[in-house]
Amino acid sequence: MKQVLTVDDSGSVRQMVSFTLRNAGYAVTEAADGRQGLEKAKGQKFDLVITDLNMPVMGGIEMITGMRQLPGYSFTPILMLTTESQPEKKDAGRKAGATGWIVKPFQAEQLIAVVQKLVR
Amino acid sequence: MTPGSGAEQQFSRAFREEARELLVELEAVLLELNEHREDGELVGRVFRGLHTIKGSGAMFGFEDLATFTHNLENAFDEVRKGRLQVTPELVDLTLSALDQIRAMVEEGEGESAVDAAACTEILARLRALTGVAESAASQPAPPAEARPAPGAAPAGQEDAREQAWCIHFAPGPDLMRNGADPLLLLRELAEMGRLTAEASMAGIPPLEALEPERCYVSWEMALVTQASEDKIRDVFIFVEDSCELTITPVPAEPVAGAAGESKAIVEHSPEPVCAADRTARALEEKRRSPGRRATDQPDSAASLRVPAARLDQLVDLVGEMVTVQARLSAIAARSADGEVLEVSEEIERLTSALRENSMTLRMVPIRATFERFRRLVHDLARDLGKNVELTIEGAETELDKTVIDQLGDPLMHLIRNSMDHGIESPERRVAEGKRPMATIHLSARHSGASVLIAVSDDGAGIDTEAVRARAVERGLTTADASLSETEIYSFLFQPGFSTAQQVTDLSGRGVGMDVVRQRVESLRGSIDVASQRGAGTTVTLRLPLTLAIIDGLLVTVGEAFFVLPLASTLECIELTREESEQAKGKHVANVRGEIVPYIRLRQYFHVETAAPEREQIMVVECEDGRCGLVVDQVLGDCQTVIRNLGRLYRHVQVVSGATILGNGVVALILDPQRLVQEAIRAKMQRERGRLPGAVRDYENVRPRDGAAAGNGGKVGAGARASASR
Repeated sequence: MKQVLTVDDSGSVRQMVSFTLRNAGYAVTEAADGRQGLEKAKGQKFDLVITDLNMPVMGGIEMITGMRQLPGYSFTPILMLTTESQPEKKDAGRKAGATGWIVKPFQAEQLIAVVQKLVR
Repeated sequence: MTPGSGAEQQFSRAFREEARELLVELEAVLLELNEHREDGELVGRVFRGLHTIKGSGAMFGFEDLATFTHNLENAFDEVRKGRLQVTPELVDLTLSALDQIRAMVEEGEGESAVDAAACTEILARLRALTGVAESAASQPAPPAEARPAPGAAPAGQEDAREQAWCIHFAPGPDLMRNGADPLLLLRELAEMGRLTAEASMAGIPPLEALEPERCYVSWEMALVTQASEDKIRDVFIFVEDSCELTITPVPAEPVAGAAGESKAIVEHSPEPVCAADRTARALEEKRRSPGRRATDQPDSAASLRVPAARLDQLVDLVGEMVTVQARLSAIAARSADGEVLEVSEEIERLTSALRENSMTLRMVPIRATFERFRRLVHDLARDLGKNVELTIEGAETELDKTVIDQLGDPLMHLIRNSMDHGIESPERRVAEGKRPMATIHLSARHSGASVLIAVSDDGAGIDTEAVRARAVERGLTTADASLSETEIYSFLFQPGFSTAQQVTDLSGRGVGMDVVRQRVESLRGSIDVASQRGAGTTVTLRLPLTLAIIDGLLVTVGEAFFVLPLASTLECIELTREESEQAKGKHVANVRGEIVPYIRLRQYFHVETAAPEREQIMVVECEDGRCGLVVDQVLGDCQTVIRNLGRLYRHVQVVSGATILGNGVVALILDPQRLVQEAIRAKMQRERGRLPGAVRDYENVRPRDGAAAGNGGKVGAGARASASR
C-alpha cells in the first residue's frame, strides 16, 4: 500500500485528506505542522507528502526544504495545499523543492486524481 | 464535494470545532497584538489563523465565511508585509469580524445570528483602512499588482474577451525526474480554455539510448482563453526555470474564428510537427497502389508454368537475401540509428514475406507421386502372384518440390520391399486368418516443420531374429550383443543387407534400403521403422517441409552458437545452479508439475567453459515427449539458410546443417528429435542390465557413451534405424 503523509495544522483538512485517500486505497499518516511532518518523514519513507504552507512551529516551505535533505526524499513527490494563488508562494515552494500544488478548496475527486498521477 | 454525505457532515462538524478553537485563539492573539503592535510573530499568528479558517471553510462548503475571511486575511497580509500598521481600529474591526465569522460557523447549527449589514459595514471599513479591493476568496482574482498582460484584456473585464495564445513549451530534460508531469500542466492549461496541443517528438532518441525518466518531448500549443498571460505563466511556475517557455498573444479575428484561429497557430508553429506523418502517409499510399493494380487486373491467367530451375534460382536468391538481411539487422541493432533500424526492420519484414511467398511457390501436393505407385503396385502384385491394393491418405499434403522429386525412388524401394518381403502370398494369408487381399497404405501428414510420409503394409512384419542372424553373419554385430528393436531394424538399412532367402528380381539384392537411407538423409530426413510380427510393418520418413531456410532460435553454449528449429521448440524456462544441484545429478526439471528430462548441450558438445549461474532450458517437442535442451543463453529468433555440412560430417546426425549468422559466425543447426533419440539410446545402452523403465533422465549422456556402432567423434553419432558404417 502506498504511504502518504499529510501535513496540515487544520485538523479538518487533515481529516478530509486522510478520509479521501484512505477510501482510495492509500495509507495516510497525519502531522499537524512542519516539524512533526519532518519527524514522521525521518522515521518512515512516504511515497507522497501533501503539505499546507501556513502552519505554526514550522511552515510548509521550511519543511519541504528540510525534507529534501532527508535520505530517500530527493525525488519523493511533495504536493503543496495552498489557498494562495500568488506566484511568490508557488515560487518559494518550487524553489524549496515542491513538486506541485493544489489550490484549496479542492474536491475529493481532484485530490485523488492528482495523487494517482504522482504515486504509481 | 466529499465521498459521501455522511462524511461531508462529519467534515463540517470537524471544521466547526476547529474554527471555534481558532476563533478563541485569534481573539486572544488580537488582544495581545493590541498591546504589542510591532510584534511580527503575533501578526503572523493572526494571519495564519484567518488563513486556516478561510482555507478550511472553503473546503467544507462555508463559502460566505471563506469570502469574508479572505478580506480580513488580505488585510493582515498587508500588515505582515509592512504596508499597513496595526491600529486599535484594525483590531476592533477584526474583533467584530470574528464575531460575524463565529456566527457564520454556527449558522448551520440553527443559531443563525449573521448580521449581513454588519458584515457589509465591516468590509467597507476594512477597504477604507487598507485600500485593497474586495475580492472573492473562492475564486482568487489575480493579485492587484499583477501587470496586465500585453494584448490581454484588462483585469476585471476579462470575461468580456477571449484571447488566443501561442505557447511554446520545451521542458528541460529533467522535468519528469524532478517529479513534474507535463501532462498535468497541459491539463491545467486545457481547463483554462480551448487548448490545441501538438507534441514535437523529433527529439526522441532510439530506444536503446532512451532514458525513460528524461523528457524529450516539446509542445506547441494554441490556447484560447479569458485568462491573462500571468495566469498561463502561473501554470508553468514550477518548471519555468528548466524549460523553454514562450507565450505569445495571437492577434485574432473576433470570436467567430475561434476554432480556425487555433488551427492557424498550429500551422504557424516553429516546427512542422506533422511532416513525418505526411511522409509516412505518402509511403503507405505508394505501397498500397501496386497491390491494388494487381487485383484490378482481369484474372487472365489463374496459373502459369514456370521451369522449376527458375524457382530454384529464386529460392537461392531469397536464401542469400535472408543471410544478408540478418547481417543488416545485426549492424542496424548496433548502430542505434533509428532511421537505419526502421529500414532494417522493414526489410526484415519484407524478406520474411518474400521467403514465405517463394517457398509456397515450390510447394506441391504429394498426390501425383503417390498416384504413380498404383501402377507399380498393380504390376508387382501380378508378377509376384499376390493380391495387393494401395490406399492413399493425405495426398493433398504439400511439400517442397525438391523434396518430392527426390522422394520417388525411396518410396518405390519401400513399396517394393513391402510387396516382396512383407506381404505374404494369398494362401499363406488365408492360412493365418488374414484377408487374401493385402493392403499397402501410403500416407502423408504435416508434423511441425516436418512432413511424415509412411509406407505401411499388413504383411508378415520384420523377423528380428532373421535380421539379427544376418547381421551376425555379416559381422555387423556379435551373437551375444543385446540389441533393441530399433537397433536391429537399423541393420536393414546397411549396404548390401538382405534377409530374403531367395534373391528375387525386385529386391533382396541389398541395394534398395541402403539407397532409401542415403536419399532420406540427404534430404535431412530420418527413417523410423515399426513392425509387429504377423501384423505388418510401417516405415515412416520424416522429412523437412523445405530445404533451404528455417525459422530458428539462436542460442549460445559457451562461445558456440546453435540454432534450434522454431517449429519444435515449445518454451524456454530458467535453470538456476541451485535448481540443478537440488535435482541431485538427475537431469530433470519440473515444468509446471510435469517432469521434463533435459540434455546439457554443454556436456554433450564438450564445451569446456563453466556454465553460467542461470542457464536456459529450451523445451522441445519430439516423438518421445517433451524434453529440455540446456543452453547458456537464448539470443532470439532468426531465419537461417541451411547449408549442408559436407561429406565429412555426414555421420553427425544430431546436426542437420549449419548456417552463417549475420556477424559471420557459423552456427550449427541442431535436430532436437535426433538429439533426444540419441540420448535415449545411449541411456538405454548404459542401463541395460540395470533396472529397465526407470524414470528417464539424460544424465551425463555423451555421444561416446553410446557409440555402439563404433562411431566416436566429438559431435554425436547414430540415430535410430541408421547406425553408421
